[in-house]
Amino acid sequence: MAGRVLGATTAATTGIDWPAALKECLAAALVALVLFLPLVGMRTVRVEGGAGLDFRFGWVAIGVAAVFAGRFLLVALRTVRPGTVGAVTAPIARIPALFGPYTQFLVIGGVVFAFVLPFLPFANRYVVDIATTVLIYVMLGWGLNIVVGLAGLLDLGYVAFYAVGAYSYALLAINFDLSFWECLPLAGAFAAFMGVVLGFPVLRLRGDYLAIVTLGFGEIIRIILLNWYDVTNGPNGLSAIPRPSFFGLEFTRSPDEGEAAFHEFFGLSYSSLHRVQFLYFLILILALVTNAFVLRIRKLPISRAWEALREDEIACRALGINPTNTKLTAFALGAMFGGFAGSFFATRQGFISPESFTFIESALVLAIVVLGGMGSQVGVVLAALVLVLLPEFGREFAQFRMLLFGAAMVMIMIWRPRGLLAHREPTIHLHPVAAAPP
Amino acid sequence: MLYFLQQLINGLTLGAMYGLIAIGYSMVYGIIGMINFAHGEIYMIGAFLSIICFTLLGILGITWVPLALLIVLLVAMACTSAYGWTVERLAYRPLRGSFRLAPLISAIGMSIFLQNYVQLLQGANVKPLPPVIIGGFVFGAGGGFTVTVSYVQIIILLLTVALMVAFSYLIGHTPLGRAQRACQQDLTMAGLCGVNVDRTISLTFVMGAALAAVAGIMATLYYGVIDFFIGFLAGVKAFTAAVLGGIGSIPGAMLGGLLLGMVEAFWSGYFSIEYKDVAAFSILILVLIFLPSGLLGRPEVEKV
Repeated sequence: MAGRVLGATTAATTGIDWPAALKECLAAALVALVLFLPLVGMRTVRVEGGAGLDFRFGWVAIGVAAVFAGRFLLVALRTVRPGTVGAVTAPIARIPALFGPYTQFLVIGGVVFAFVLPFLPFANRYVVDIATTVLIYVMLGWGLNIVVGLAGLLDLGYVAFYAVGAYSYALLAINFDLSFWECLPLAGAFAAFMGVVLGFPVLRLRGDYLAIVTLGFGEIIRIILLNWYDVTNGPNGLSAIPRPSFFGLEFTRSPDEGEAAFHEFFGLSYSSLHRVQFLYFLILILALVTNAFVLRIRKLPISRAWEALREDEIACRALGINPTNTKLTAFALGAMFGGFAGSFFATRQGFISPESFTFIESALVLAIVVLGGMGSQVGVVLAALVLVLLPEFGREFAQFRMLLFGAAMVMIMIWRPRGLLAHREPTIHLHPVAAAPP
Repeated sequence: MLYFLQQLINGLTLGAMYGLIAIGYSMVYGIIGMINFAHGEIYMIGAFLSIICFTLLGILGITWVPLALLIVLLVAMACTSAYGWTVERLAYRPLRGSFRLAPLISAIGMSIFLQNYVQLLQGANVKPLPPVIIGGFVFGAGGGFTVTVSYVQIIILLLTVALMVAFSYLIGHTPLGRAQRACQQDLTMAGLCGVNVDRTISLTFVMGAALAAVAGIMATLYYGVIDFFIGFLAGVKAFTAAVLGGIGSIPGAMLGGLLLGMVEAFWSGYFSIEYKDVAAFSILILVLIFLPSGLLGRPEVEKV
């Protein structure tokens, strides 16, 4: 700390070294020119009788000027106040500490709000629909958090388990006429089984190899779904998937002979909103169950073993923890929750096709976990809210959504590699109060 | 037999492209031990640059094929290298010494960013290039089936051989190559011995990007259509090739690329074209399980 202050005073007195600063900025601008001139400056278009180019050199000029100015700002900041560049994110870093004492109240408030949301005056069909989508991603995020956040295994093919869950529900419900509640555990079990089948051979691999293998597995599942016409109906997908019922009460205007519909049983007038609200509560409860499960399992030895493995595999092996089995449980549990979320997705949409299970979906869930802070349950909720809600604000934004995700993932890794809201305290202290650092 | 020969030639062409991309993965992994997930996008950028450059040359009236090809090669390699350098500088260098998965997550972010960057700038539709080099040799005429070797395929194979020769010289006999080999063995020790580690790593990314750009040009010439999404699949397959050959080994990357290209060509030729990607991914998984150090790689020893 003292060294930094000393550096600040000496640098401040010397001021900006103009020739060097200018040289640095010009170099950055030159690189920007090489980068932007062909890709930004020329756009290939179709013209009569072949391909043509659409020139946009104005954009190149703006881009290069922006890089020049940005670089200059960076140099100036570095000279005048060293340490500011890195400290930009310091206020964000303080957020968890700021809310620390109130986290309990905030979480309870959030859950209560989630429960009353469908009955609030502004909650029309659109709002409840969006909230349901957010909750699906929250649940996926929490499921993936077991694998990535707790066990430290980077899974780039999480969407495969989501797909397995969705297709198992759809196929079981269509072919065997099983209800949603009968299918849900089966779908989860299938997904967990797939997790074990994939995990058993590959979990011995190093972390980054594992990431690529899971990515390959995700693609294999998608290609199989796309080409196995007899079962999955190929790219056309499965439609007419049965919708869930409220303990046997259907959400239809005119139920079958001899059966009561939801609105008749409760003496309400029919509204199509009932089903949307029911689906919302269904995913809310599923998500909360996931959360409760994760919070409880973090206190069990198995989760301690996951976190220990994440930090140091060799030390764990020396302590007698079986790395493969331990990782396998994390993988299977994460896959199981992915499967649950998948079967909910299938029953909500009523239609599924391989289109919904591309790599982008995996990347989105991973972005939620990474941005929220690996291992942080609240962080996942906030990240899912931001990533799902922002594109709703406008078509322009939706276009830039993935671009910004990508950039955000890089920047988070550079500035706060543990995620925006992550605070990793040891879950257990040897001497609870005395050992806590000052 | 003729059918076999045709698939062999197609496979070699495909494999040459995979091999050139795989070298970039292999070199980077060898030196800093990270999977440069954005490398596939670098190849995609190379392909876009070549299509833009060919169109521009067409507008300017330079249509003599050897000259146009040379200009496109130089421009695309230079500009793609700039992208490779920038990616390393912005997304990977600040993360050296961070936790294990940080560079990989950053690379995934970079890959998503670059894909959407190109999509926004150049549009999401497929970009066609009118055939630049037409024609080829036809063997086995008179019989039922003929084998066609197009000029593009010959150029791809010759160019790959030339690049490999130049590249082996660069790695084996120049100060830069020596610095790279030193960094591959021990980064810290190389730095202590006076090798400029940061510069060597930057140049490794530049070289990898230049080779990926050549692969991009080849893909543009060979297929005639590209879009912003080609980098993803090509990247994963090239990584498979690098693993198959033994990651960190440059001849291994080329060998792995050729093998993978042939497997894919024969699989599409004899079994089913729909499942050719499944074949490639299955090879990746099988190699990682049964032969983790690849065909020409050295086994990795984990130290505390």
